[in-house]
Amino acid sequence: MTGRAIFRIVVKAAALFAALNLLFVLLNPLEALGRLSLYNAVLPGRWRLPYGENSAESYNLSLHNIPAMFASHVVAQPKPDDEYRLLLIGDSGTWGWLMENDQTLAAQINAAGDTVDGRRLVAYNLAYPIMALSKDLLLLDEAMSYQPDLILWLVTLESFPRQQQVFPPLVQNNAERMRRLAERYDLNLDPNDPRFVTPSLLERTIVGQRRALADWLRLQVYGFSWAFTGIDQAIPDDYTLRASDFEEDLSWDSFDEPAPFTADDLAFDVLAAGMARAGGVPVIVVNEPIFISRGRNSDLRYNAFYPRWAYDAYRELLDAQARANGWHYLDLWDAIPPDEFTDTPVHLTPEGVLMLSEHLVSAIEQN
Amino acid sequence: MNLAAILVFAAAACLYGALLPARFRGWALFAGSVIAVYVLQPALPIRYSAYALPTAMLLLIVASWWLTRDSNAHAGATTSQPLNDDVVGAQHAAPLQSPNDERYSPSPRLREGSGVRGIPRDDLVTLMALVALMVGVSFLRFIDVDFRLVASTPPEPLAVVLALLVIGAAGVGLRLALRRVSQRRALTGMILLIAAAFVVFKAEPLATALSRALRFQTGQDTTLASIADLGWVGFSYVAFRLIHTLRDRQTGILPALSLREYVTYVIFFPSFTAGPIDRAERFVEDYRALPGLRGLDAERFAGGAARILIGLFKKFVIADTLALGLALNVINAGQVESPLGMWLLLYGYALRLYFDFGGYTDIAIGIGILYGVTLPENFSRPYLRTTITSFWQSWHITLSSWARFYVFSPLSRALLTRKPKPSALVIVLLAQVTTMVVIGLWHGVALNFLLWGLWHGVGLFVHKQWSDRTRKWYRGLNDQPARKRLWVGFSWFVTFHYVVLGWVWFALPDVSQSLRVFGVLFGGG
Repeated sequence: MTGRAIFRIVVKAAALFAALNLLFVLLNPLEALGRLSLYNAVLPGRWRLPYGENSAESYNLSLHNIPAMFASHVVAQPKPDDEYRLLLIGDSGTWGWLMENDQTLAAQINAAGDTVDGRRLVAYNLAYPIMALSKDLLLLDEAMSYQPDLILWLVTLESFPRQQQVFPPLVQNNAERMRRLAERYDLNLDPNDPRFVTPSLLERTIVGQRRALADWLRLQVYGFSWAFTGIDQAIPDDYTLRASDFEEDLSWDSFDEPAPFTADDLAFDVLAAGMARAGGVPVIVVNEPIFISRGRNSDLRYNAFYPRWAYDAYRELLDAQARANGWHYLDLWDAIPPDEFTDTPVHLTPEGVLMLSEHLVSAIEQN
Repeated sequence: MNLAAILVFAAAACLYGALLPARFRGWALFAGSVIAVYVLQPALPIRYSAYALPTAMLLLIVASWWLTRDSNAHAGATTSQPLNDDVVGAQHAAPLQSPNDERYSPSPRLREGSGVRGIPRDDLVTLMALVALMVGVSFLRFIDVDFRLVASTPPEPLAVVLALLVIGAAGVGLRLALRRVSQRRALTGMILLIAAAFVVFKAEPLATALSRALRFQTGQDTTLASIADLGWVGFSYVAFRLIHTLRDRQTGILPALSLREYVTYVIFFPSFTAGPIDRAERFVEDYRALPGLRGLDAERFAGGAARILIGLFKKFVIADTLALGLALNVINAGQVESPLGMWLLLYGYALRLYFDFGGYTDIAIGIGILYGVTLPENFSRPYLRTTITSFWQSWHITLSSWARFYVFSPLSRALLTRKPKPSALVIVLLAQVTTMVVIGLWHGVALNFLLWGLWHGVGLFVHKQWSDRTRKWYRGLNDQPARKRLWVGFSWFVTFHYVVLGWVWFALPDVSQSLRVFGVLFGGG
């Protein structure tokens, strides 16, 4: 082989590499690629959306490709005729933080073996462990492709602050999807918020998107370990129990002290957008249970998340919004005893989840 | 070697080929290898140990060279003589390579130089260059951390100079004190020292004790002492190369090597961290031919680059993908309950190991080719072999060759000449099991590696007995192609699964966990 031949090979390889990268930029195939999945074909689907910080132990990872996340989920299987499909949208409490798959809210509802209109009630866990209604809306938007019959949307005050709406990495890295929703539903969301990730031309190439491609591949590969072990979360043997005693602290979010706040201070527009996106599919908004402390300064705060003044105001506002808009609303804020909360004021023990599921099944039956 | 290091080595090869005057190529490999010893050493928790360990390795290499050097070589002698009573070893080695072969004569520089007190000038210059590089690396402490090249801050250069002076003086003192000791004994002493260091660094309790002592010396928390504190990169390979040269000097088959040749051979940077374990006499052939190498040889660069690319694909695409939970490990070994899942993980582990190690070998060979050194092959389709014996002739070939030369053959000879002579069966069993146990313990002085060695030792022994007794029958299969094909397929199946099951011991440090895995694999829970 001569030097000239090598030079020709190098030039051709470089040209081919550049052309492939350019084609990748033009086609932007990541979402289409995300729909290709070994799950539900070769591998069993996951019972909750992929999320993980310790991949080596949880066989799970956090990625931003929403179609890939859904394609890995058991909800992507064809819907049987005898199934009444219930989708659960919410935060880490609903996702099942510190819980095995068979202990989550969706699993407990399914264990009840209830029927609706003569069809089997089958709940799908589409929650994601971050508190923001915008993230819920993004997932709800995608979930509507999966033929839901009913949606349970579990919310809490921490999901409502306006600044919180562009905080989740999932939202920041799905800027176009979020902007489209913001425009369509006239959300009070700055489309030019600098926290939105807008990749440059170079960042849209194969080289620039190597992390996203690797994440998609890793999601497929971890599926084998998921299939062999049923593990999708590294649950520690021990955890620090949520606090019961507090300082004399009345602050919440950007409020240093009690102040009247209105519906405009909270992202009710995002909640309304979700309702609109659901269209004819009924949605039950659930104010999820919180830990109510009886410890020091519990007259000022319910828990580490919420001072009483802010949470009470939020409940009033949510109730008023639900009435005004005709939403199905279920306020279960104090439905679970304090002992059934684990590491945060919204994470429940499996027994707590069982109690919550009984409330919800009963609400579904009445609905 | 990470991707950045591989890229740097490959890019440097272009400069080496294009710009470097031919007479400096040997020097470039020497200096590059010395620097690589420091650069490839990861950061360690014990203060200055990331500098001290590579330095200790280089000093150990110099000491070994001193012991192996043939003081007659520079005066014109072209052969290296066996020492004292070790004629048997030399005769045994004769068919491998003749000491009188011109190829193994001292390099021209070694022959021509007149130095100080019998040390050739070239070796003195090399020694000075080596010391300068050791001290030079310590100056990196003054470079900004982002550009430092080494993983952690080296000690003060003055302290390094003083330490080297003290070590040098101690070396001279030791030489004077041991001047009545025969070279053969000195070589044996050095082999034992290296073996002892190997055991200390590879055995968890000993390494932890050493770490505790070093932490105490440096005023660090002794309760955090662990074997991970002493991650001496490349030492396993260096130790075996040194033992090869020391032992070959005893038997008189080691060619006379200059200090530069010797150091470069032992720590040649492409093969420093993951082999292959080259032989000195083969390496110096290439090394001495470097000045005659065509600088920018398209054929050589294409061959080297292709090999590196294949290696990168094997290691960073296949092996690293399999490592994402598709291969058996200490975590999933305790989680998987189904036999099918466990078998798949075990197959995944077998493939991962092959592609990981084979990939690194390809990369090392590819980089070697770029620099004009053709390293030996280490793998030859091992998983397609139909007997355990041929598996070991195609898996980590250079390690198994080393073990054959320095464990199996000497032990077999010793047993054969022993009185009363043990039975042939006992000789074969002892020699094969001991050889495989040494190979096992080379990976780490731990029970699981011992069991893995025993597994293969017994496997080789059983296969030897089987093949001795079935040779005639097997020859008869040549007339029955269909039956032979069936038998070959069956042999492959048995061999492959014997090897794969052996990896359970290798992969899991906890023997009870390995037993659990065997239980799941065979449906016993």
